[in-house]
Amino acid sequence: MVIAQRILDIPFVRRSNALRSFVVAAWLGWQIESNWADPFLFAIYSIARPIAGVLILVVMYSVITNGALEQPIFAYIYLGNALYMLVGQVITGVSWVVIDDREHYRTMKQLHTTPLNHYTYLLGRGVARLIIGTISVLITIGFGIVAFKLPIVPAAIDWPLFIVSTGLGVICLATMGLILGALTMMMARHFWSLGEAVAGALYLFSGAIFPLETLPNWLRPLGYIFPVTYWLEVARRSLLGPNAAGFPTLTAFSNEGLIAILSGFAVVLSISSYYFYRWALHQAMEKGLIDMETGY
Amino acid sequence: MNTAKNALISSTERVPKARGFKLFWITAWARAYPRIVGTTRERSWLFFETVLPLMGVAAYVFVYRAINAPDEYIGFVVVGGAMTAFWLNVLWSMASQLYWDKDMGNLELYVLSPGPMMAILLGMAVGGLVMTASRAAIILVAGSLIFRVSYQIASLPLLILTFGVTMAALYGMGMMFASVFLASGREAWHISNLLQEPIYLASGFYFPVKAMGFWVATFASIIPLTLGLDAMRQLLFSSDPTLGFLSVPLEIGILIFLAVFFIAGAGWMLAKLEEIGRREGRLIERRR
Repeated sequence: MVIAQRILDIPFVRRSNALRSFVVAAWLGWQIESNWADPFLFAIYSIARPIAGVLILVVMYSVITNGALEQPIFAYIYLGNALYMLVGQVITGVSWVVIDDREHYRTMKQLHTTPLNHYTYLLGRGVARLIIGTISVLITIGFGIVAFKLPIVPAAIDWPLFIVSTGLGVICLATMGLILGALTMMMARHFWSLGEAVAGALYLFSGAIFPLETLPNWLRPLGYIFPVTYWLEVARRSLLGPNAAGFPTLTAFSNEGLIAILSGFAVVLSISSYYFYRWALHQAMEKGLIDMETGY
Repeated sequence: MNTAKNALISSTERVPKARGFKLFWITAWARAYPRIVGTTRERSWLFFETVLPLMGVAAYVFVYRAINAPDEYIGFVVVGGAMTAFWLNVLWSMASQLYWDKDMGNLELYVLSPGPMMAILLGMAVGGLVMTASRAAIILVAGSLIFRVSYQIASLPLLILTFGVTMAALYGMGMMFASVFLASGREAWHISNLLQEPIYLASGFYFPVKAMGFWVATFASIIPLTLGLDAMRQLLFSSDPTLGFLSVPLEIGILIFLAVFFIAGAGWMLAKLEEIGRREGRLIERRR
């Protein structure tokens, strides 16, 4: 709470209900995510899953290519999978909060009777998952550099491009998570699978672990409607530089063009998530669903 | 008034109390019933529980296509993807189930009822197996049709036997885990999460487990799906005799041993947990 309290003491944070809600929610989210185990066990938990996930692909790749890890496609697959961890963590992290508060902790009623800004509260709760996701991505990439000699050289990374694209990507993911969270407020069944369903679809259609050219022609256009496709492409280009594997799908787009598209997505998703959340909250309250415990 | 009431009571036929095997059977069936019937009552699960895993399967299929893998590897992914449904069912609807039941207040009803807890676990397993078999079958058929997988079945009876003993061992393991997870409290959720990707990797869900090397494959064999999947792949894709980790008869033998071991272990652990839980007053405590 020390760090959170220091942030809360900053005058402009103290004056803003939205920022206060965000900071308190971020602190709460971190406590929930991390306090169930001692730090060592928590660290193992945070590392084992992502490393195992990426090793599945490494073994699949190695079995077929007899360990040709120096091929550009390997770096493409590995990095795509590593970066994709953020997608699952952030999207499901934000949307899951509604399930957690409503079904598990049963605190939805209490939360909605406090003067919280609920929109920023949801975003804040997702911060813990973002931190865990970021740590997983860093560990996985680090593991790739050491164990599989991924051609990533810190001095050659285009840091501004990476930071800007990842910032925009995270905004897109968090707002998508908010839209799912808003949907969850109105759902009585299958809400457990909603975040996973979207994350699964994005894994398939965003070219995370294989180039979009591998998809059948009629499925390929789906890849263009998701911001994740563009974020993964820019992130790979910024990390790998000239070593990035070039596939025809997005070669026509310059880095600036991709950043412009991502910015557009971030603006549209931010505005639409805000209004959609307000509408969904109103619907849930009107229909008496806000504190529903389905036990489903 | 009292005379009329007594007459009514004495004229009512007494319901015989179920005991012994009959009680065990009725309890198991009662627990299995909602899981079996639930699949037909609300069919919206079809979308989430078949399309979702199919997307995961498709992603791995396209990875193999992107690196020009031989066709049988597409089949390995489809079969492995179908079997993930059983593993997820064991983790989330067997191992974690008593914990959920405690959270929802059902566990105290189980404990208070005269039905044996082993019968409740067995009912959970049988119901879960039937429920998941329909999901796995849809994933297998749809995946095979979409990705045009061709099978060369070496022996259908052996394949059915392998599947049967794999399921017995797997759900026996789930019954045993149910007690362990119940004791773990809130950590059960995280343990279930932790046992997904690492097990997919070690058990070779998307590639022949032989690729993991002898020692990893040997340690992973404690998970019944490792050997079950390996044996089933050998029987389904008999065109490549080199892909198996151990011979099919040996794998079936080990699976039978695992089934006996896990089911016996489940009974022992359940009794132990119940005894500790009753003694310490924590059996139905919901704070953990």
